[in-house]
Amino acid sequence: MTNTTAAPARDHRDMYRLMSLMTGAEKHGPAATSTLDVLWVLYDRVLRVTPDTVDAPDRDRFLLSKGHGPMAYYAVLAAHGFFGEELLPGFGSYGSPLGHHPDRMLVPGAEIGSGSLGHGLPLAVGSVLGLRAQGLTDPRVWVLVGDAELDEGSNHEALAYAGPAGLEQLHTVVIDNASASYARPGGIAARFEAAGWSVASVDGRDHEALYAAFTAPHPGRPRAVVAHVDPKP
Amino acid sequence: MDTMRDRFITTTSQLLDEDPRLALVLAEISRDGFGPAARAHPDRVVNVGIREQLLIGAGAGMALTGLRPIVHTFASFLVERPFEQVKLDFGHQGVGGVLVSAGGSYDWPAGGFTHMSPGDVALLDTLDGWTVHVPGHPDEAEELLRQAAAGDGRVYVRLSLQSNERARPVGAGAGFTAVREGTDGVVIAVGPMLDNVLAATEGLDVTVLYATTVRPFDAAGLRRAVGDHRAADVVIVEPYLAGTSTAAANDALAELPHRVLGLGVGRAELRKYGEMDEHLAAHGLDARGLRERIGGFLRR
Repeated sequence: MTNTTAAPARDHRDMYRLMSLMTGAEKHGPAATSTLDVLWVLYDRVLRVTPDTVDAPDRDRFLLSKGHGPMAYYAVLAAHGFFGEELLPGFGSYGSPLGHHPDRMLVPGAEIGSGSLGHGLPLAVGSVLGLRAQGLTDPRVWVLVGDAELDEGSNHEALAYAGPAGLEQLHTVVIDNASASYARPGGIAARFEAAGWSVASVDGRDHEALYAAFTAPHPGRPRAVVAHVDPKP
Repeated sequence: MDTMRDRFITTTSQLLDEDPRLALVLAEISRDGFGPAARAHPDRVVNVGIREQLLIGAGAGMALTGLRPIVHTFASFLVERPFEQVKLDFGHQGVGGVLVSAGGSYDWPAGGFTHMSPGDVALLDTLDGWTVHVPGHPDEAEELLRQAAAGDGRVYVRLSLQSNERARPVGAGAGFTAVREGTDGVVIAVGPMLDNVLAATEGLDVTVLYATTVRPFDAAGLRRAVGDHRAADVVIVEPYLAGTSTAAANDALAELPHRVLGLGVGRAELRKYGEMDEHLAAHGLDARGLRERIGGFLRR
């Protein structure tokens, strides 16, 4: 896997400083950072997209479907130079491009606007179909969903289609902080497996485990990585 | 004569051959008709199964990569069922596409209320930036589909089995065209309502405007038809929910004393099956029902 991210290397621990610019808090609990390690590994080592290639047809796409709590996402985008960190303190204010849910029309580097749950995976399916139809079979499409977000039926329309359709370019990472009110252990992985996806379940804080799961080959099938983090309090 | 839906299939199949930017997304409906197109363009003709949220989301996702999606199923399942996907995946994401519905308000009355979509245009009217075409003849449907496919915006094309006897020119300007001139009032006939409106207003001294594009609403065209009258009486006859365009007409005539009567499909569920003609009559949209209500409104 080539890391083509051009921005200066940043320490992962700098994310907390960047996030504090938005929240004013020195420390962040598990809920605010449930996506942080996954986002860090993706943007640091996996995604082939930089501030210079945000409009390139052959870039990798990352779709943040779970738009709630986007501080970690904004911090990672700022750290990688998609926009300047001077935007972070305005988080949520009237004239800021950085809302409490991201808007692709406002946030440099954001592929979709999200907030209403269950839209990212269908949009990711369409993105893969659109790329494939244009002969762009190299770019990968990543979508991040939450475990409770998977309660939305639209996800199941998408995942039940993508497996049998063999959308190898499609990748879903599920942040599982056990926040769904009704769920069974292993149910998420089982549903992706039943639909024909290549599936891995890993510790969502372990960067090496995440990297290995994100880059494992999965010929002819879409890939789902279930990243377990501390349960939501 | 082929139906508008038949013409949609032949026209779109041709357009897919001609324009590599176009893609077609289906949810089983009309799958067989598009069989040859799917074999010719397996990557640009996609059938997602009976999954209408995915239908819209996948179409919008294709648009995010630069394609122009044409997305099709029955109106109930294209606009009403996945309405939030229409609102967010196209509108909020800021991408364009062409939604093409079949079934209309009661193309298949025996199928019952689940397959009736009189509210589709009113629903889309809550969103910004949608062009809405309501062709009244297969030839008009073809022309409007070609325009929609060639553009970049968000377009809804509402196809129906209800059709006028003959096609009228569909200009690129999308304005209303005068079919008959008169002085006592203006009657706007939308798409397939034209023949019944012409029959209903026979002998009345009214201007009849024909509209195949209702959004944007041709406010200037309506004001031109009113001319230098100091007050206006306007009737709008639409093949979907009654009153859908009443507010647009009111806005167009804000500078002038005016009355507007909005005729169309009633809100109440009939719970009747049968044939389309029976439903037109039940909603007062046959020539007799229209004559009675238009004449009453104009006090003629």
